[in-house]
Amino acid sequence: MLETLITLVTILIKIVLIVAPLMLGVAYLTFAERKVIGYMQVRIGPNRVGPRGWLQPIADAVKLMFKEIIIPTNANRFLFIIAPMLAIAPALAAWAVVPFGETLILADVNAGLLYILAMTSLGVYGIIIAGWASNSKYAFLGAMRSAAQIVSYEIAMGFTLVGVLMAAGSLNLNDIIKAQSGGFWHWYWIPLFPLFIVYFISALAETNRAPFDVAEGESEIVAGFHVEYSGMLFAVFFLAEYANMILVSALAAIMFLGGWLSPFQGMGALDEMTAWVPGLFWFVAKFSVFLFLFLWLRATFPRYRYDQIMRLGWKVFIPITLVWIVVVGVAVLAKLPPWFV
Amino acid sequence: MKAIVNYVERLFLWELLKGMNITGRYLFDRKITVQYPDEKTPMSHRFRGRHALRRYANGEERCIACKLCEAVCPALAITIEAAPRENDKTRRTTRYDIDLSKCIFCGYCEESCPVDSIVETRVFEYHAEDREGLLMTKAKLLAFGDELEQQLATDRALDARYR
Repeated sequence: MLETLITLVTILIKIVLIVAPLMLGVAYLTFAERKVIGYMQVRIGPNRVGPRGWLQPIADAVKLMFKEIIIPTNANRFLFIIAPMLAIAPALAAWAVVPFGETLILADVNAGLLYILAMTSLGVYGIIIAGWASNSKYAFLGAMRSAAQIVSYEIAMGFTLVGVLMAAGSLNLNDIIKAQSGGFWHWYWIPLFPLFIVYFISALAETNRAPFDVAEGESEIVAGFHVEYSGMLFAVFFLAEYANMILVSALAAIMFLGGWLSPFQGMGALDEMTAWVPGLFWFVAKFSVFLFLFLWLRATFPRYRYDQIMRLGWKVFIPITLVWIVVVGVAVLAKLPPWFV
Repeated sequence: MKAIVNYVERLFLWELLKGMNITGRYLFDRKITVQYPDEKTPMSHRFRGRHALRRYANGEERCIACKLCEAVCPALAITIEAAPRENDKTRRTTRYDIDLSKCIFCGYCEESCPVDSIVETRVFEYHAEDREGLLMTKAKLLAFGDELEQQLATDRALDARYR
């Protein structure tokens, strides 16, 4: 009895250790977004709350917590309230299998990649249910767009993951990272470059980020699926979106940039000089690059037209990934050095 | 041939990279934000802010109740009533109201005034918590004029050679 209790408590502590920094990361990602996009628009972004604006996300959170939650009269109350939770739960649950270091991992699951794919796909249910339960035409349109878009891009994304698992020969995320060891030229971004690009763009579409944010589409359907949400329920959607961004960035870092591996592995003196740097640092640094890209792309591109999104997903990405999977297969069979030895 | 070049360019995201190059450069550009309450942009001496009624140096009010400003006001924000004054029987306004909630700050009243009485000042940071507070009466306008006379005089002197 006591033993199970202790195990439960340790698991709980581990979960808190992952979720708390993640939530903090989400809060400051919103801040980073406003700053980066501001800078790219020759503005300076928020700088009023706290020194240089550093307390802005806290102020936003407090504001949202004290706002009224309005539930539309004809909305489905139960689904309306549960939808944001359905959106955020998979985004957090997926972190269970993400390796932060050689042993820093909550659950070293052998089917980690499959689990991740399942979890990231579940996130869309929150959006669809929110759109339906709001009983509002704009929310419903947003949900429909989101559903169609995510179904289309799931396929391309799945194929890129197939490429990675062929290259690594494993579904275990830690094994995938270890298969890339030996300096940055050993990472999979070189042999799987097209898949890498396709994965990142699909990830943009999966997370409904600009330029694929037609599910929100404020210029035509107000705010899309979360038009009826306010206060903390809205905030949860917001958290889910940003948690998903961090998640897909972390996955890109794991699958294509060698996760927690040092980029200087096998470079002699440089490797020794940076040996004290923990793997967690490299991991965070790598996915921060992707997060910055997310913001950069949002500051740069206008929203895609809907038929263009569909065309890109079905007529460009799926053929590219299919062809490259064959190329990867040949490369793996030929034991192409230095990646597939 | 053109179609092929176009296709290849699109496949390799060339245009998109060009766009990102531009925003990437702007990231490091000098920021042009004016942080308003702390920093202010330069202001023209012709700035058209809240109104004021001026007086002559001897303290006599300039306004002669010609009602040109009332007539020219496109927003019908000015209301004037006039009568001969008790002591010297000169024609003066008994009521001079400007409804700032109607005013569009076009400056026609100032332009039409033959005696430079009604003017628009540089003051734009004012507020009121009810409509009453935005209704400028003659007394209020004269008080603003007295308060800002120095600034108003120099601004009008600067503009004198263009009028």
